Amino acid sequence: MSLTHDDVETPTTGPAKTGTPATEVREGPAAAGPGVPHVVGRVEDVPPGEGRAFIAGDAQVAVFRLRDGSLHATQAACPHSGGPLADGQTDLNVLVCPLHLYAFRWSDGTSPGGASPVRLYPVREQDGDLVVEV
Amino acid sequence: MTAVLGGRPEGVSTLHFAMDEADGVDTRQRLVVIGNGMAGARVVEELLERGGGEQFAITVFGEEPHGNYNRIMLSHVLAGEEHEDDIVLNSHDWYADNGVQLRAGVRVERVDTHAKVVHAVDGTATSYDQLVIATGSRSFIPPMSGLYRDDEQLIPGVYGFRTIDDTRAMLEAAAEHEKAVVVGGGLLGLEAARALQGHGLQVEVVHAGTHLMNQQLDPDGGAILKQSVESLGIVVHLATRTTEVIGPDRVRGVVLGDGRAIDADMLVIAAGIRPVTEVALLSGIEVERGVVVDDQLRTDDPDVYAVGECAQHRGEVYGLVAPVWEQARVLADLLTGTDPDAEYHGSRTATKLKVAGVDVATMGVNRPERDTDEFLVISEPRRGVHLSVVVRDDKLIGATLLGDTRKVAFLTQAFDRGTPLPQERIKLLVDLSDGAAEVGVAELPGDSQVCNCNGVSKQMIVDTVKDGATSLGACMDKTRAGKGCGSCKSLVKQIVEWAADGAVTEDESADWYVPGIPLAKPELMAAIREQGLLSVSAVFAALAPGGAEDAKSKMGLTSLLRMIWGSDFVQENDAKFINDRVHGNIQRDGTFSVVPQIKGGVTTPAQLRKIADVAEKYEVPMVKITGGQRIDLLGVRKEDLPAMWDDLGMPSGYAYGKSFRTVKTCVGSDFCRFGLGDSTQLGIDLETRFQGIESPAKMKLAVVGCPRNCAEAYVKDVGVVAVGNGKWEVYVGGAAGATIRKGDLLATVDSPAAVLELTGRFLQYYRENANWLERTYDFVPRVGLSRVQQVLLEDSEGILADLDEGMQRSIDAYTDPWGQDGKAPATPGQFRTSLPLVDLPKVPVR
Repeated sequence: MSLTHDDVETPTTGPAKTGTPATEVREGPAAAGPGVPHVVGRVEDVPPGEGRAFIAGDAQVAVFRLRDGSLHATQAACPHSGGPLADGQTDLNVLVCPLHLYAFRWSDGTSPGGASPVRLYPVREQDGDLVVEV
Repeated sequence: MTAVLGGRPEGVSTLHFAMDEADGVDTRQRLVVIGNGMAGARVVEELLERGGGEQFAITVFGEEPHGNYNRIMLSHVLAGEEHEDDIVLNSHDWYADNGVQLRAGVRVERVDTHAKVVHAVDGTATSYDQLVIATGSRSFIPPMSGLYRDDEQLIPGVYGFRTIDDTRAMLEAAAEHEKAVVVGGGLLGLEAARALQGHGLQVEVVHAGTHLMNQQLDPDGGAILKQSVESLGIVVHLATRTTEVIGPDRVRGVVLGDGRAIDADMLVIAAGIRPVTEVALLSGIEVERGVVVDDQLRTDDPDVYAVGECAQHRGEVYGLVAPVWEQARVLADLLTGTDPDAEYHGSRTATKLKVAGVDVATMGVNRPERDTDEFLVISEPRRGVHLSVVVRDDKLIGATLLGDTRKVAFLTQAFDRGTPLPQERIKLLVDLSDGAAEVGVAELPGDSQVCNCNGVSKQMIVDTVKDGATSLGACMDKTRAGKGCGSCKSLVKQIVEWAADGAVTEDESADWYVPGIPLAKPELMAAIREQGLLSVSAVFAALAPGGAEDAKSKMGLTSLLRMIWGSDFVQENDAKFINDRVHGNIQRDGTFSVVPQIKGGVTTPAQLRKIADVAEKYEVPMVKITGGQRIDLLGVRKEDLPAMWDDLGMPSGYAYGKSFRTVKTCVGSDFCRFGLGDSTQLGIDLETRFQGIESPAKMKLAVVGCPRNCAEAYVKDVGVVAVGNGKWEVYVGGAAGATIRKGDLLATVDSPAAVLELTGRFLQYYRENANWLERTYDFVPRVGLSRVQQVLLEDSEGILADLDEGMQRSIDAYTDPWGQDGKAPATPGQFRTSLPLVDLPKVPVR
């Protein structure tokens, strides 16, 4: 049985983007910058301890503000199976993906659980703006 | 209650196409069957199958007014698991349709074998050419004083357990009475006891033998069965007789051989059966214990046969159904001439059944008889398992399986056909190659998959251990083995121990509630209370080594703090798992599932219409009825969640948290014709009271209105079963996920209010004492059912008031998260997408 959406009101947001997130990531730890700086948002867009997803140039990034105030940025999709890393949980050492709970170290992107490493991007605050180098 | 079982509506008649009725000439032989029980009716069925309807004009006499019904199922009818209509094998219509004359409710008095005429009590005389006696057996009533009134009738309150009328009478009495004594601890007695207990009666079993089911079990097996039966709450008295019934107008109790008196208002006699042989005796046919027959089932009169429980063949009188089937086949072969040389050589009796909830299978002898017989016994009293086999000259001559009948198929085959036995006799009883867990880990091939969730092989675990991860925890972290559903954890542990070759490092963190705080649950809770730590960050600052926060500890601490502090808890969104931040269940593609609250699984057209509208408006890719009787809207974008909740206008169904999830219900007494209690309302009340309560792991409940268990209450964290008379059984620790476990009967209580109180106490005890992510099916066995019962039923630790108070605090702190966060986000961007922000291949819309 399938539903038709022909006579449905216009949804509040754009068309559905459901599907398996992109998983194409380059192998190996990320080579850190120097890349092109992009302003992706304001620091207050990211609550303490949490992460939010942004677009930096043509890259999708997840930016995290840890509870000690430090900023970190990773690729948006988990290298294991594409989970939304910005929805993960953090501490000062690692980021944990919400789908299968793989952890990734802030220090070098490697995973103690043995997943492929996550790509890290340099991120800094500049006059309240979040600047990610891609 | 005089309805005729399998009867036909008045006025219905059936046309007969018997031979030449028009001419009044029936050239067929006249076959008369005395007895319309399972044996008599089976003979008729077998005859008809062989075209006997054309050879014989068949007349069947039945003492009972009913059609033919399955006597074996009477205990299920008594237990309320089957309706009496469902045990009918052949209705009156069936006889009519097959041209068989059924004289139901007519007892045969005697047979004149010379004149070949059957005389019935209604004065009729029926001629026969061939006669089959299938009078079956009746309950044996042991001698005891006070049992009979002056008119030789049993005094009111005494019941045999043999017929549907006995069963109906007991069902009626069970509704009015409170205490029953069952005489006889054999199969029938135990089934009656369990069934009556299910109706809320207090039941005591008096058994003259020294152990239960002494026909089938050896003394050790009987002792283990006794333990299992007693754990159900049935009192068992062994090696004593009932000598006196206290009356005199009706049953008021019994006196045992040792002088003890037991109060009772029902007395059920199930002390064995005796063949019914009066007709044969009065007719001058040879009778010893039963009606004596030869290998062609013929009595000493060449035109009279006997089958079933009334027949004695080669000295054996059978009380099981399988020999009856064999006899009926042989007799039909002979009578119809299908096989004129057919012979019956006796049956090897093998039986598999469930007695009072315990699986039992027996075949052949139950103990060695000669010095050279091999006898192997495996006895595990704690698990209620007792297995034994007797082997003679390399052939299986007997087996008894109690509590675990997994090997019954193989053993039956070996017993029936004499198939070769394994040299290692233990393999007869224990399957040494059944499933990876039972194979020694050393023999397990390296590439065999150990953890199916995360695809981890034995070799990967071994390599990880060799690389230095010599503790279970370290190895599990490295390989992720055992971190999915967790069902392989014990196997992973064995492999780690084997690979480390005795050098296993103990995880010092094994006792910690969460990995980041070096404290077990009681100490952690005490420290949180003493130091007044209201938030997760405060707990890390005060109790974690170096004050360091730990991502993997946050979710457990959030749950624990919420339980301890209720509405005083200071929430921090980063300390919550994503599901609890956005109140939906994250899916593999990063979308969420939305499950509105539908208490007890009872909804309305208006709700359904609203859900349908919302599903269309937000282009929900899949709408699914869940296993928990809820409606799941899957594939919802995070950013759509608040608007969707607003449009739905229904509270959250909490399908995402480590929390109280759902209460499944059956339709209960409102509509179901079998319902014994209003399960639907009780389910709704339970869900109303405990909605959204957080806990160490999820809590799934069910309430059913009768033991048919349509909503699977026996396999829930808490399952409630109506058993009639306003009584409810409360089961705890059940599971039907990666682990399957039937819940343990915590208690039988007598009102919905008592169910709510006991459920609250159990859940709170579990919340306060279970390890993080430990489901009730691990918690209850770990703590032990008897301890749980002592604490919750007898208040052995004096904490019931605290449990009630703790639960009430959580209930008072409940707020609907959708109603709250939907209106005003808890943090900026709470519902912003975290998905890659490009178009992706679409999942097909269903």
